[in-house]
Amino acid sequence: MGEELLSVKNLTTSFKIDGTYYPAVDGVSLDIQPNEVVALVGESGSGKSATAFSLMKLHRNARIEGQVDFEGKDLLKINEKKMNTIRGGEMAMIFQDPMTALNPLMKIKLQIMETLKIHKTKAKSERESYAIELLSRVGIPNPERVGEAFPHELSGGMRQRVVIAIAIANRPRLLIADEPTTALDVTIQAQILDLIRELQEDLNSGVLLITHDLGVVAEMADRVAVMYAGQIVEIAPVKELFKYPKHPYTRSLLNSLPHEEQMGSRLHVIEGVVPALNKMDRDSCRFAPRIPWIPAEAHEHNPELREISPEHYVRCTCYKDFYLKSDPDIGLQVEQEQMENGAEEVKE
Amino acid sequence: MNNLLEINNLKVYYPIKGGFFNTVKDHVKAVDGVSLNIPQGTTYGLVGESGSGKTTTGKAVIGLNHITEGEILFDGKAISGSGKSVENSKEIQMIFQDPYSSLNVRKRVFDIVSEPIRNYHKRTKDELIAEVLDLLQKVGLPPGSLYKYPHEFSGGQRQRIGVARAIALNPKLIIADEPVSALDVSVQAQVLNFMQDIQEELDLTMLFIAHDLGVVRHMCQHIGIMYQGRLVEEGTAEDIFSNPQHLYTKRLIAAIPDTNVDKIDENLHIRQSVKEEYDQHFHEYLDEDGRALPLINISATHKAALPAKG
Amino acid sequence: MPGDALSGLIDPTVPIEQIERLREQMGLNNPWYIQYRDWIAAMLQGDFGHSFFKQQPVLDVIGDRMLNTIWLSLFSAVLIYLIGIPLGLISGRWNDSPLDSLITGYTYLGFATPTFIFGLVMLLLFGYTLGWFPTGGSVGAGIQPGTFEYVLSKIQHLILPSFAIALIGLVGTVQYLRSGIIETKQKDFITLARAKGVTEGKVYTKHIFRNSILPIAAFFGYEITALLGGSLFIETIYGYPGMGRLFLESISIRDFSVANVLILMYGMLAIIGTLLSDIILSIVDPRIRIK
Repeated sequence: MGEELLSVKNLTTSFKIDGTYYPAVDGVSLDIQPNEVVALVGESGSGKSATAFSLMKLHRNARIEGQVDFEGKDLLKINEKKMNTIRGGEMAMIFQDPMTALNPLMKIKLQIMETLKIHKTKAKSERESYAIELLSRVGIPNPERVGEAFPHELSGGMRQRVVIAIAIANRPRLLIADEPTTALDVTIQAQILDLIRELQEDLNSGVLLITHDLGVVAEMADRVAVMYAGQIVEIAPVKELFKYPKHPYTRSLLNSLPHEEQMGSRLHVIEGVVPALNKMDRDSCRFAPRIPWIPAEAHEHNPELREISPEHYVRCTCYKDFYLKSDPDIGLQVEQEQMENGAEEVKE
Repeated sequence: MNNLLEINNLKVYYPIKGGFFNTVKDHVKAVDGVSLNIPQGTTYGLVGESGSGKTTTGKAVIGLNHITEGEILFDGKAISGSGKSVENSKEIQMIFQDPYSSLNVRKRVFDIVSEPIRNYHKRTKDELIAEVLDLLQKVGLPPGSLYKYPHEFSGGQRQRIGVARAIALNPKLIIADEPVSALDVSVQAQVLNFMQDIQEELDLTMLFIAHDLGVVRHMCQHIGIMYQGRLVEEGTAEDIFSNPQHLYTKRLIAAIPDTNVDKIDENLHIRQSVKEEYDQHFHEYLDEDGRALPLINISATHKAALPAKG
Repeated sequence: MPGDALSGLIDPTVPIEQIERLREQMGLNNPWYIQYRDWIAAMLQGDFGHSFFKQQPVLDVIGDRMLNTIWLSLFSAVLIYLIGIPLGLISGRWNDSPLDSLITGYTYLGFATPTFIFGLVMLLLFGYTLGWFPTGGSVGAGIQPGTFEYVLSKIQHLILPSFAIALIGLVGTVQYLRSGIIETKQKDFITLARAKGVTEGKVYTKHIFRNSILPIAAFFGYEITALLGGSLFIETIYGYPGMGRLFLESISIRDFSVANVLILMYGMLAIIGTLLSDIILSIVDPRIRIK
């Protein structure tokens, strides 16, 4: 297509455990168009934050391989000096915990002015007034006073607005939001999500939204990538994914949420735990150990992401045979089908 | 059904000290006149945002906070005031939010779970081991966990250890303070299921403190919504979700992101209109100190702090 | 402690009755609370008493020594921070590098080495064997005060003892700073600073350093007042006439009027140190404000 803002190809980020590197992000490929919100969903240990940090090259002790094409440059090939002009400039990040993301010893306005100075966005004389303007842009009442304040004098929601003000200060082309509302109260979360959406439309930028909250994904994203054990297991446009989830992990995850229709009933539980980085069978379907009732033949060796309908990609063939064990109707139905199939086979 | 826990007009104030002689200047009214009843064997969800006083209320019940005013009746007997009896401390137990930090990392599962038993009963080592194994089985942990340390477990399993400790003394009331908010969705499902099982098995009554309305709707028969130290609405789960009366409740419900992609636009629209109503009219729901109005009855089960009509 | 000021001055030729009379006159036979009341009352009127031994007002005795100790403290403090802060910075920034291991090794050695042994070794090496520095006193004999030569001689006498104090005293500073930097550099706001495009060097100078130095700033007040108290060992080893030695002398010769005032002063220094630390901390850390 060539119009991608960001094109990640085969990104592999490895961390050292006992002297050996193990990939926490294992061959992730992902595109983001301008003006598109792509959500990266997964649970802790899925590698979603490690992916975000890799794009910004913020890892301290990791080996990053693959290709990260951003506005015509492969970020993995450019040096630190060049990278520093991109970080906080064309590509900016919003962090998870606003309580710890700001320097406690620096006035708010100085923390914003710092990024304006680095990226030479405004002349020295205009920086201060622009910082105040940004504060007011992210919905902070009394921006002049807040500019003079230190982080500890602000509430969590206000601090997250400051973090967002820093991120949008240089009108980034790509905004990476790493769990931007996880630490916030639900009414504040709604406000912050509104703000991010509004700014994204304003700046016409792409957004990579990292989150574990499927509700946030449904509301915010245009496309969703689901990550499990370092790999993307399913990518689809948001409506498609929530209406017709295919991969067993996606379906399990959606079913483990409490739903209005089934108050008080038992929730779906995913058996087992996410495998540890250094104890993972990397050649087979990584979700297989957690759906042991699905026969081994259903899985594919070295499973790949395949397009099963336009723009809908799923990894491994096991989705075809998958049924939720906790759903007695479907479970029974599938078992019956299998029995019938088996019977036919015997007949033949 | 009789109430296992009754809270009447509970107030917890913290003094604000200041000045040269460190005198009391004012009070933070963390909890300011909360009354609620929890029938035996049911789960009551106490919902609110940070600073609403929900955790303070829970801590006051278990005796971790002093009580400025009001009374707490447990099984019909008052436990408010300075001291709480030994019996009460056995029968009311707490489960904490963060399974990582609420367990002593230097102690083995056996030590952690057996500690409350050792505090109250004289047992031989063999008896203790038998009891702890029994508890581990109840919470679904393998017997091999006995001599392991907390770091060897996943988040959900650690929360199970916390629950095993909490139920070790056969409590009647469990106060669960955000028990799943630090957990991943799939682990959250595990812990919620298992809390329901345990509740049924041991006939537990639960005060479930949480900010996640989805989880609360799933777990609780009765729900109270707190705002700045006071209840603004109280009722059955049905009352609260199908017929919310207070503007703050409406706003909380509208703020929950929904996974139903067909309703996204509709939800955003509702949220927007609730927000507008909130901005325009919320002051009518508060008294001159910015606090919630007294609760008025809407139905037999449903109360809300609404302004007088007219 | 048995004995009083007169025990140290007893001349065998003086008859016992006369000593007894003197004791009575000086109030030494009064009960302790009367003596204490008299002492407080005198002090409130600005009379800190006389040194029995030196026959000088206590304040004059202390004053001379104080000046020497202030100089020694100042030199030591400057050396401690001048050497300690860069070492801590290097050690913390490149932690677990060979250089860090070397610095950390030194701090462990410093913690384990008693000051008096280290002082003696320095004295032996630089004072006697190499002969670079004088081995005792605070100034060369017979040099006129006020001349340039006098200042030079003073400094020359200061170098060895102040290095002896600093090289051992700085290990705490190095370790505090090292662990402060290691802790700070993995904080979220440092990642945010990097995500803003702040260069690695500036991340350290503008964000990490100030946040890491807080414990040292908090300790600065104590450090300074501890130094002003004088170092007993170093002053004794180098024959440097400072407060530490004065305290030791006044106790061993039962010169209690001096010892009392010194103890009072140490108490005051401790209070001032705490206050100083609080004030410094409130200046560098906006989260702490004195109302």
